[in-house]
Amino acid sequence: MQHLDIILAMNHISKSFPGVKALDDVSFHVRRGTVHALMGENGAGKSTLMKCLFGIYSLDAGEILFDGKPVHFHNPKDALNAGISMIHQELQPIPYRSISENLWVGRYPSKKILGLFSIVDHKLMRTKSLELLKKVHLKVNPNTALKELSVSQIQSIEIAKAISYESKVIIMDEPTSSLTLQEVEQLFEIINNLRNLGVSIIYISHKMEEILRISDEVTIMRDGKYIGTWQSKELTMDKIIKNMVGRELTNLYPPKTNVPGDVSLQVKDFTSTNHRSFRNVSFDVRKGEILGIGGLVGAQRTELVEGIFGLRAVEKGEISLHGRKLNIKSPRDAIAKGIALVTEDRRGNGIFGVLSVRDNVAVASLSDFVDYHFKLNNRKLNKLAEDNIKKLRIKTPNTKTRISSLSGGNQQKVIISRWLAVEPDVFILDEPTRGIDVGAKYEIYSIMIDLAKQGKTIIMISSEMPELLGVSDRIMVMCEGRLSGILDKEEANQEKIMELATKYM
Amino acid sequence: MNKVLNLFKKSDIKTTLIDNAMYVILLTILVVVSILRPVFLSPNNLTNIMMNASIRIIIALGVSGALITRGTDLSAGRIVGVGAVIGGTLLQRPDYAAKFFPELGDMPVVGILLLALTVTALLGLINGLVISFLHVPPFIATLGMQSIVYGLSLIYTKSQPIGGLKTDYTYLASGRIGPVPILIIIALVMMAIMWFLLNQTKFGKYIYAIGGNEAAAEVAGVNVVWTKIRVYVLAGLFYGLAGFLLAAKSGGATANYGIGYELEAIAACTIGGVSTAGGVGTVQGIVSGVLIFEMLKTSLQFLGVTPDLQYVAIGTVIVMAVAIDIRKYLTKK
Ligand SMILES: Nc1ncnc2c1ncn2[C@@H]1O[C@H](COP(=O)(O)OP(=O)(O)OP(=O)(O)O)[C@@H](O)[C@H]1O
Ligand SMILES: [Mg+2]
Repeated sequence: MQHLDIILAMNHISKSFPGVKALDDVSFHVRRGTVHALMGENGAGKSTLMKCLFGIYSLDAGEILFDGKPVHFHNPKDALNAGISMIHQELQPIPYRSISENLWVGRYPSKKILGLFSIVDHKLMRTKSLELLKKVHLKVNPNTALKELSVSQIQSIEIAKAISYESKVIIMDEPTSSLTLQEVEQLFEIINNLRNLGVSIIYISHKMEEILRISDEVTIMRDGKYIGTWQSKELTMDKIIKNMVGRELTNLYPPKTNVPGDVSLQVKDFTSTNHRSFRNVSFDVRKGEILGIGGLVGAQRTELVEGIFGLRAVEKGEISLHGRKLNIKSPRDAIAKGIALVTEDRRGNGIFGVLSVRDNVAVASLSDFVDYHFKLNNRKLNKLAEDNIKKLRIKTPNTKTRISSLSGGNQQKVIISRWLAVEPDVFILDEPTRGIDVGAKYEIYSIMIDLAKQGKTIIMISSEMPELLGVSDRIMVMCEGRLSGILDKEEANQEKIMELATKYM
Repeated sequence: MNKVLNLFKKSDIKTTLIDNAMYVILLTILVVVSILRPVFLSPNNLTNIMMNASIRIIIALGVSGALITRGTDLSAGRIVGVGAVIGGTLLQRPDYAAKFFPELGDMPVVGILLLALTVTALLGLINGLVISFLHVPPFIATLGMQSIVYGLSLIYTKSQPIGGLKTDYTYLASGRIGPVPILIIIALVMMAIMWFLLNQTKFGKYIYAIGGNEAAAEVAGVNVVWTKIRVYVLAGLFYGLAGFLLAAKSGGATANYGIGYELEAIAACTIGGVSTAGGVGTVQGIVSGVLIFEMLKTSLQFLGVTPDLQYVAIGTVIVMAVAIDIRKYLTKK
């Protein structure tokens, strides 16, 4: 007889993909009305375990008991009907359809006309949508097309959708990776309400503070294996990290050994053609310096760096590098001038899903691998990919694997490799550690500091205060498209950043 | 334990079969027809099939670049027609009675080939410019081109059939080097060129990148506009060559040459594993796609299937082949 309060029991689950054993005899038990955090490094198998539960993957071995009864979900619809819903790590909105339709797709509220034909009841759909949106504190018209929304708003829509199924278990795979602090608070309130109603939440995240705050229990996985389950009360950040990484990790940030030198990149009076976006932004960055850019969602930080990189139209403003004025009309120009950008939207404009890890690494630097003016040197390309896989410890069966089968964090490392290969003078990273585990974060910070030590200029947008404070030499804060202040490392702290981030609100 | 092993093996065979579905289908057709009609395997017949396939392969290779970049090219067939009528009208026997240009002297084959290629590359260039700069969806842009080109061909040929091609020219199709028909050699060379471009050059990598994720390609510094233009120009060159050879092979030309070839080429590419979602496709796949198509057509004739019924059979096989082949791309669960 199982514990009555166990709503979900996954026992001895194994699952292999060609070349990887993603899950190896993993057991995972969730109690009724609790928030259960699932933690582990990138590629540990968290998403895979959840996809097995949700009917997206079939099990190689093991059993799933839901509410005490064995279940076999063949597809997500089965799982949803049984009372399990999932917010995916990689959001899958239908961009050109309305919020309502995205919420109710597959189960539109319907009504009968002439007692015969069943048609979509738009009025009811709207009312129900409004109710849901209220629950997630979203004040938008349900008829808005999804492409008009920000990533965080889309995230909230996903949460609303999960709530609407009235599920007993809701899986949230990195739900806060693109939310603002305020939105995270709202999410936690929603989670607390759900918990009080007896709903169980499986919560996957790489953010320790969140986990310790919101979860009741924590299960840790490493390399596809089950490591253990603990009460959150008895856990500390160090203990989690030790179990996740399998060794002690004494510091979250590498020592800052870079020394800023002369000014390299100068941006003057940079103004977008879109009047609601960035305007009159001027700043300098030095060689060997890491400039952090902080601010709330909507501060137009991404737009600003995309403007610098030639991805967005600019009305006026000047960029110069090493004293020379640059004329950047497209990303191609920017790259040629030595500027690289790791974009925020990995799936949208980062990865080439159907292409191999190798081609994903090499695509921006192919010109450096051409023999006799036209033939690519495949041996060198392979070596480039292999070197990067080793250097950044990318978990992939080989260089030919399609990038879409890598875990989220490993995809991010592939993109960083792509830009390292370009050997830029100015390296801009937009939320570079989103969805990345502690160990890998440390590696990425080390890479940034190393580049700075070599005299490169680094700009990092981040929504995570500790990260901004931990790696930046100076922190520039934006608010509503304007630069609201630049703080030196010594004077910066969370309060000052928040104050600047809300200065013009 | 043994049972487990067996199960494992069974599913292994199944995945191998599905992964190589195209080759399995190709082989099945070959075996079945050769048993029923042994003549099918005669060297003569096989060479014939290969010669027919050669021209189709060149067209399919041309259209594949557009498909991999998530475009398409409906003007392919009519541009093939342009290659044919240019070759036909300018390379008639000097002593032929009904010469299209009675005043015209004896023209060199290579010169006219270059002329034909220039014209068809130009048509491809226009496709590329319209698609890249005017942002007209490839389906519509090339549909328009299809109609325009056909009209121009009719005007140019005054809707007359052209015959009496000189032997230097027809030799391209009838001649052999050793035992191998020149036509097949040309197709092999074009396959090699396309394979090289797709796998060994920046241009090829960019084609796959654009098809895989155009926004990401832009960010990665790929010149999307220029790459797409080149794709359609290259396609024009391939169609031009195919048309030029088609006229040589049949000893004449009309503006109707090549009509409908674009759809067969697109179907053959899809059968051969070129994904309509972009970013995926190989020369090997495309060639086997065309071969399946051609084998099938000939087999049906050999089996004495009536022409009307042949349409039904071909349509069925296209859909079935793609349905089987697509299995390997569906997420393996
Ligand atoms: N569809 C797939 N095909 C092949 N391999 C896969 C597939 N999905 C996952 N994998 C592999 O399984 C392993 C576990 O991946 P998973 O996505 O579960 O990791 P994760 O713990 O969610 O990591 P992250 O924190 O980066 O999201 C990885 O090595 C990954 O490359
Ligand atoms: Mg994951």
